[in-house]
Formats: sequence, C-alpha cells, structure tokens
Amino acid sequence: MGLTLQTFPTVADAARLLAGDPAARYLGGGTLLVRHANEGDTSFSAYVRTTDPGLSAIMVADGSVRLGASVTMAAVARHPELAFLAPAARAVGGPAIRNMATVGGNLFAPTPYGDFGVALLALDAMLDIDETSIPAEDFFASRQSYGRSIIRFASFPLAAGNGLRFLKASRIRPKGASVVTIAAVVREEGGKVADARIAFGCMADRPIRAKAAEKALIGQPLTAEGIKPALAAALEGTAPVTDAIASAWYRSEVLPVHLGRLLLG
Amino acid sequence: MTKVPVQFSLNGADIAEFVESGVTLLKLLREKAGDMSAKGGCHQGTCGSCSVLIDGELRLSCLTLAETCNGAAVETTAGLAESGVLHPLQRAFSEGFATQCGFCTPGMIMAAKALLDRNPSPSREDVVEAISGNICRCTGYEPIIQAILAASRANSLSAA
Repeated sequence: MGLTLQTFPTVADAARLLAGDPAARYLGGGTLLVRHANEGDTSFSAYVRTTDPGLSAIMVADGSVRLGASVTMAAVARHPELAFLAPAARAVGGPAIRNMATVGGNLFAPTPYGDFGVALLALDAMLDIDETSIPAEDFFASRQSYGRSIIRFASFPLAAGNGLRFLKASRIRPKGASVVTIAAVVREEGGKVADARIAFGCMADRPIRAKAAEKALIGQPLTAEGIKPALAAALEGTAPVTDAIASAWYRSEVLPVHLGRLLLG
Repeated sequence: MTKVPVQFSLNGADIAEFVESGVTLLKLLREKAGDMSAKGGCHQGTCGSCSVLIDGELRLSCLTLAETCNGAAVETTAGLAESGVLHPLQRAFSEGFATQCGFCTPGMIMAAKALLDRNPSPSREDVVEAISGNICRCTGYEPIIQAILAASRANSLSAA
C-alpha cells in the first residue's frame, strides 16, 4: 500500500485529520517515521505534517526558553543562548540527522535513542501537547498514549538550563548509540545540594527520573564521599534494556560510574 | 495512487516531476531525475550514503519526502564537476585512495562539502565530526579524512 503526505498550515488542522484517521501519523523531521515506512511498517498509510512557522521557533525571553517541536537538533546546537543544551543536541545522530531530527520527535524516540529527551526531563520541561501543558515526566510515563498527539512546544526556565550537566556514554565516538545517557540539574546552597533532578536514558524503555538518587543527594556536598549514597541508590527503579549496544547488566554496572563522573566533573 | 507535482532545482537545473505522494527524495532522484549519485544503503538514516544538500544543509534523501523539497535547491555529487573538471573534493578522494568500492563516496563527499562550505579550514576533529554520520566499510576512514583535509588545503591555495 502506498503512502500519502498531507500538509496543513496549522497544528489544529493537522490534529483534526489525525483524530479522524487512524491510519495517519504525524511527520516531524522524518528520521523516525519515514524510517519505519522504509522498513515496511504498514500500520499507517498517511503522513500528516504542518508548516506552522511557530513550531520552528526558539524563544528565549523573560527567563524562560521555549523550543518549538519542529526545531531541529542543529538549530538548538548553534543557538547562542542555548550553549548549555548543545551537548545534548549534538549527542543526537550525525550532522545530517541533526539537520532533520526535531525536539518533538526526539521525545518519541525509543531507547537507545532520545538523548535530547533525557535533557528535557532533567530540565523539568513542560510540554504543550493537545491544547494542554504537561510535565515531561508525565509525558514519558504514558508516552504510548500520545502516539497520535502533536507536541507544540517544550519550555523550561533558563536558570535550570544553565545548571544542566549532560553525559552520553557510547562505544563509538563521535557518533554512537547510547550505552547510558545522564542529564542532571543540581542546585547547591552553602556547599550542599539543595535541589537535584537527574534523568537517565537507556535505563528503561524511555527516559526516566532517578528519584532515589536525587533524594540521596539532598543535603550532601558534591564530593566523592558526599555522592556515595546517591550512587548506591542510582539503580533503584531502573529497568535497563538489553540491545545490540549493551546488556542490561553492563548498563547497570557502568551507570553509577558515569553518574559519579557527571556529578563530580 | 495520487500523483503530486514536485518542483525544485537539482544542481542548478529546474526539475518538475509528478511523483506518487509520500515517495522519498532518494527515489525521485534515482528513478525520475536520473541522478544516481546518491545511494540507497540502509534506508534508516544510519549509513549516510544517500546524503545530499538541501538549501545548503546536509540531509538524508532516504528519509526526506520529495514533496517537502518543493522550491528547494538540492545538490548532489553528480553536480560537483564543472565542464568536466572534478571538484577539489572529488580530486582529493580519487588521488588519495579515499574511495574503494565507492558506495559511500557520494555521501562522504556531500558531508565534506557541507563542512567546507561553512568551514574552509577545518581541523581533523571537525572532519571526523562532519563524516560521523557516514559509514565506510572499506577504507578505515583515514584516507577519507586525509582527502578532505587535502581538499581544504587545495581550496585555500586556489583562493590565495
């Protein structure tokens, strides 16, 4: 069966068609969906996209950042005010993929992909989706139910962004799929951690928050001794995947090591 | 099957074709436009052998729908030589044994061109990064890296 592409000027028009046609799928940069079609996925027969220019805009104003869902990884990586996000954006694919892959699409990327989504989770980003706004954490928790939704924006406070730490461990440099990906936003007060958000990629079938490690970090100094309880708790609640890149066992073994490096680095 | 018109410029020449809705740019290039330079390797965005420039940006033509290229300027390796004279990148690849089976070469060259168009004097690291989305199973990459660096030096000599 052939595929058709339908292009709409606004998100609302595209959403209406998606709602009414179960065989239609939303097309962002194409690096996930067209790949499925090329692999012979016949579960959909229509691509739906929107040329809404608002979705391709990056706005940094009033202390907050708003990334349109169609903004590419390359656009994030070269934006002068988003230098803190560049490592996460550059972690995605090679140069050609980064010119295509979008913020919205990365949120749907299955493990071991979706490194940018891990950063957005640590940033506690809010996602504008289907006329509502939900935390990235809630989105990931029930991601499969949003398969027919259109994400418009991801937004987060600029201050959180400036504290972002990001690490992707892969076997091939500079481009390789993730063994583990870790993003963290840690705020210190008087030499001790006052607030911490840590997100893991590849430690489940989607990006997850490391709640136990976050809790164990509060009140501790960022020293080798101080982060020990957090490293000991790092695997709590994880369900790492086994794939061609690494086994679940290996991911569990190296995660605390990389978390330690990220927190002390 | 719905046929839709697609118009864009391919290596400076106007292309106007009716294609089946939803076909990829790679399919249009190879099966309609007669440009066989971009190769279909993995069709998954992993190998880079279908790389082309769209409005100056490196893209994967196997994952780009032809209809989204309306009005765009598409460049492929087939358009690089001028009046039978090879582009410095083509010359450097050929002289530096940077091509063996040749399947990855057009993608490698477009990835290299995307780099040199923005950064005429790249470091070795820049080159490695620029071709990181392109897989070569013959050369071990080193001759490719050296060829791109040689082409950048040749460019700077000819500009001087």
